[in-house]
Amino acid sequence: MSPKSDKKVILYTTPTCVFCKHVKEYFADNDISYELVDLAENRDRVQEMVDKSGQMGVPVIDAGGEIVVGFDKAKLDTIFA
Amino acid sequence: MSKTYDIIIVGAGPAGMTAGVYAARKKLKTLIISKDIGGQASWSSDIENYLGFSMITGPDLVKKFEDHLEEFKEDLELRISISGIKDIKKKGKNFVITTGDGKSETAKAIIIAGGKVPRMLGITGEKEFLNRGVAYCAYCDGPLFKGKDVAIIGGGNSALDSALNVSKLVKQIYIINITKQLNGDKVMIDKVMDLPHVRVMNNTEAVAIEGEKTVSSIRIKSRDGGLQKDLPVSGVFIEVGSLPATEYLKGLVNLNKHSEIIIDEYNMTSVAGIFAAGDITTVIEKQIITAAGEGAKAAIQASQYLAKI
Repeated sequence: MSPKSDKKVILYTTPTCVFCKHVKEYFADNDISYELVDLAENRDRVQEMVDKSGQMGVPVIDAGGEIVVGFDKAKLDTIFA
Repeated sequence: MSKTYDIIIVGAGPAGMTAGVYAARKKLKTLIISKDIGGQASWSSDIENYLGFSMITGPDLVKKFEDHLEEFKEDLELRISISGIKDIKKKGKNFVITTGDGKSETAKAIIIAGGKVPRMLGITGEKEFLNRGVAYCAYCDGPLFKGKDVAIIGGGNSALDSALNVSKLVKQIYIINITKQLNGDKVMIDKVMDLPHVRVMNNTEAVAIEGEKTVSSIRIKSRDGGLQKDLPVSGVFIEVGSLPATEYLKGLVNLNKHSEIIIDEYNMTSVAGIFAAGDITTVIEKQIITAAGEGAKAAIQASQYLAKI
């Protein structure tokens, strides 16, 4: 089991979000499991994302409670080191 | 240890990425610095005029550009810097680019391909609610407003295109247009006017955007009588044009009255060694395919410049 899988990771995306694809590739490259929440299909979870991140831009990553907005690779590297 | 690149390209839109491919194929050590990937192209929903593709979405076309760049990893580095460019300075024969986070890189030649950024309205609440209900790309952010009421500010093709983009997602669209009538293409106007859940408010000005954690209303004013009212909306898409991303270049390279970079037929700016390509320049046609062509030209010229210095 990858040591990076001990955090519960949620990725909030929309189908048209370019950087969301980069986050998915990052997770795949680093063997990180995550729950994918497509906000276009799960409208009821938009508010959940807004409450966590304080804004509506995507992607938003919830890594065990630590919130990353956008494809902030440096921050993701620190969280999943 | 500091490194001097052969070329630094500012912007990873179609112009910048094409320039990157051309430079890397000539084995020039190239760095692309950009706030995002794809630029305005990634905001397009249906692209039907990029050769080779009958119809492709902006994000899918940008993904193809990115995949192509991957083939040149040895000589081509793509770096996302969300803080943007602070300044470019000449240092001897080279140039030093500093990004907003204070980091600097050096190159022998520069290609500016930073494209355009959305024009802001400049009204109360616009900055405060950015990404909290205020957006500049309906195609990108439309899904977040599914089933809700939104306002689109503008009266040209961009505003009409935005309305069509989100029309199947949202509950109600208000188009707030400051002029007496919509001024986009007739075919677009007709399509929008046919939609039952679109209300066009001509001769109307957006005064302020309000809400608490996210947008809850927009204050509008009739230009006839000056009567103000609050429209309850969850999202505001601002489509009032765009500006070349040249703020940091003032005083360095010559710009025209529209703040576009003046280039010659070699894509050279007024500073030897600084080239420019795409929508950020004085090139008349601003299309994805012309931007790509301009990026190629700029890279070819930059490589010839490097061979002579």
